[in-house]
Amino acid sequence: MPRRILFVTTDQQRYDGLGCNGGTIARTPVIDSIAGEGIRYTRAIPSNVVCMPSRSTMLTGQHVATHGVWMNGVALPVDAPSIAMDLWRNGWRTALIGKAHFEPFLDPFALFTENTLASLGEESVYRESANGRREPHRGFEHMELATHNGMGPLHYAKWLRENHPEAVGMLYPILNAQLQVNEAGGGDTGAPQVKHNPIPREWYHTDWVADRAVSWLDTQNDSDDWFCWVSFPDPHHAWDPPMSELHRVDWRQLDMPAGWVDDPVERERILATKPAHWLGWYHGTFVSNYEAPARWVPSTLTADQVREVNAMVHIQNELVDEALGRIIGLLRRKGWYDDVDVVFTTDHGEFQGDFGLLFKGPYHVDSLMRLPLVWRPAPSRAAVTPATVDTPVGLVSLAATFADIAGLPRPDYTESARLPLDDGEAAGLGHERVLTEWDSVLFGKIVSLRTITRGSWVCTATLPGSVHDGTDGELYDLSNDPLQHVNLWHDASHRAMRDDLLEDMWRTLPHAAAPRRACDAPV
Amino acid sequence: MGSVRRHAVLASSAEAVWGFVGRPELLHEWFPISSTRVEGDKRWITLPSGITFEEQILLVDNDLRRFQYSIINNPLITRHVGTVDVIALAADRCIVVYGTDIEPEVLGLAIGAAAGDGLRTLRERFGEG
Repeated sequence: MPRRILFVTTDQQRYDGLGCNGGTIARTPVIDSIAGEGIRYTRAIPSNVVCMPSRSTMLTGQHVATHGVWMNGVALPVDAPSIAMDLWRNGWRTALIGKAHFEPFLDPFALFTENTLASLGEESVYRESANGRREPHRGFEHMELATHNGMGPLHYAKWLRENHPEAVGMLYPILNAQLQVNEAGGGDTGAPQVKHNPIPREWYHTDWVADRAVSWLDTQNDSDDWFCWVSFPDPHHAWDPPMSELHRVDWRQLDMPAGWVDDPVERERILATKPAHWLGWYHGTFVSNYEAPARWVPSTLTADQVREVNAMVHIQNELVDEALGRIIGLLRRKGWYDDVDVVFTTDHGEFQGDFGLLFKGPYHVDSLMRLPLVWRPAPSRAAVTPATVDTPVGLVSLAATFADIAGLPRPDYTESARLPLDDGEAAGLGHERVLTEWDSVLFGKIVSLRTITRGSWVCTATLPGSVHDGTDGELYDLSNDPLQHVNLWHDASHRAMRDDLLEDMWRTLPHAAAPRRACDAPV
Repeated sequence: MGSVRRHAVLASSAEAVWGFVGRPELLHEWFPISSTRVEGDKRWITLPSGITFEEQILLVDNDLRRFQYSIINNPLITRHVGTVDVIALAADRCIVVYGTDIEPEVLGLAIGAAAGDGLRTLRERFGEG
């Protein structure tokens, strides 16, 4: 019986964006159905809350300290461990279609392989390995790559330029004239990174990714084992879904998200209880990295802008769900679906108005850290009772999970066991804590955070940098404070819990290799 | 302003390394660019992406072993100075330091990446010290 893995990722998707997780706006019947047949994780956590480090963790099964991609713009070495390579070496067909982002995007010197494939007209490159065998880039013998816009060197942008050049300018320009994240507003409310996009739906990257995935899958043989990573660039900003779809969600009808604090005085009071970089960013006095527009000040965000951004995200989520439905449809028509393990997740979350903020950054709260994660084991491979797992698990477990599905021993390089099939199995596999790291070092602005999630507790330590002296932090009791409005770090009655969590974190966190690898681009 | 610095310690004399990196017309032999053209105190370089930079050569100091240049006439780049220093550490060992200060700052990261790639080429050519 062939074994197959359909690994589906979105980019910057919140836990509550899916119906199966309690979302009430976006209709996501395909993902909800997959969740209903498998395991739904209610607290899945990334190793880092931006793309490149988080995606590197998915591929390597390693914490950020180990794989060394400590910030966006730091490339994952081409010889880094890769679960895709292990599968390929064991005879699997392997593909990555959509957003990879193991290497920087801004690459005028064409230094990085993933940026050169499309211009070379190639779907992978092969390098000689230590054993003398020629092996594909990161183990993927087929890569067709995309990101959120029509500019740049990737396959989607090339396809758009060659086939629909008039559409390139329809997508929101991610960067401004200074090559910073664009602050320009649009839509009905002037919200940053929002645009009414006239692009036809079938030319938008979500449908392109599904088209390319269907095309590749359709060429596989009935007897092939395959690993297909389908990586949708949405619902990451820019928030510019095809305007033909705007009828799906009327932003004027949306309630404000639970994490929005309507009273600005109370909002600032809550932010002031957190480490200083929170309020600094809110007021626009401290921008730590390139994850948000440098010239946009969050305190100017209006309720209507939050509604419109959220409406755009809901629409993007629906389009992803429908695109995934087309892929699942192909698998059903071919009679393969029962032989396919489906794993669905994302790389990190998004504020979407929580705390009066948008985008992401050094903020280790549920908005960015609580992710959708669903695993439907192939029915023909394993009889699994549908379950909900509430134990915190990390994306660091994905690589070992893929190895387990393939019947391979857990790779030595991975740093976490496979995902549990139920809560009863979690402790036995060692799912006692999840670790999340943040480092941003840009032209003298330095922020470093280390976070442990254990049970219902989340504890974040700041490290000395340009804002913090290493004594401040955050401690939240998720069971009593699901919105993380009450920082217990300095609360004497919780000192013992804080210290125990910190001791656990420092004892289990891998040591980062020195010197730190260079940051070669903003993203 | 983006300010970046990369360096490499090489197993060759400063004279030998400077004899190579101190010649502006040879940049394409170690930096990840497609071509170099020098006319007087002007240099034009073309990147693999097709972008061409016009540069003003500010300094070629064979005593100090310092080369300085500036990207000019570029609508995006409003300030730029790049500096390459070759400093003797011993008779057969030197350090090459590449620094760039640039506005907009994000280009500093990309030029730093290119410098890192160029310094790797120098390590292969002269040996790692």
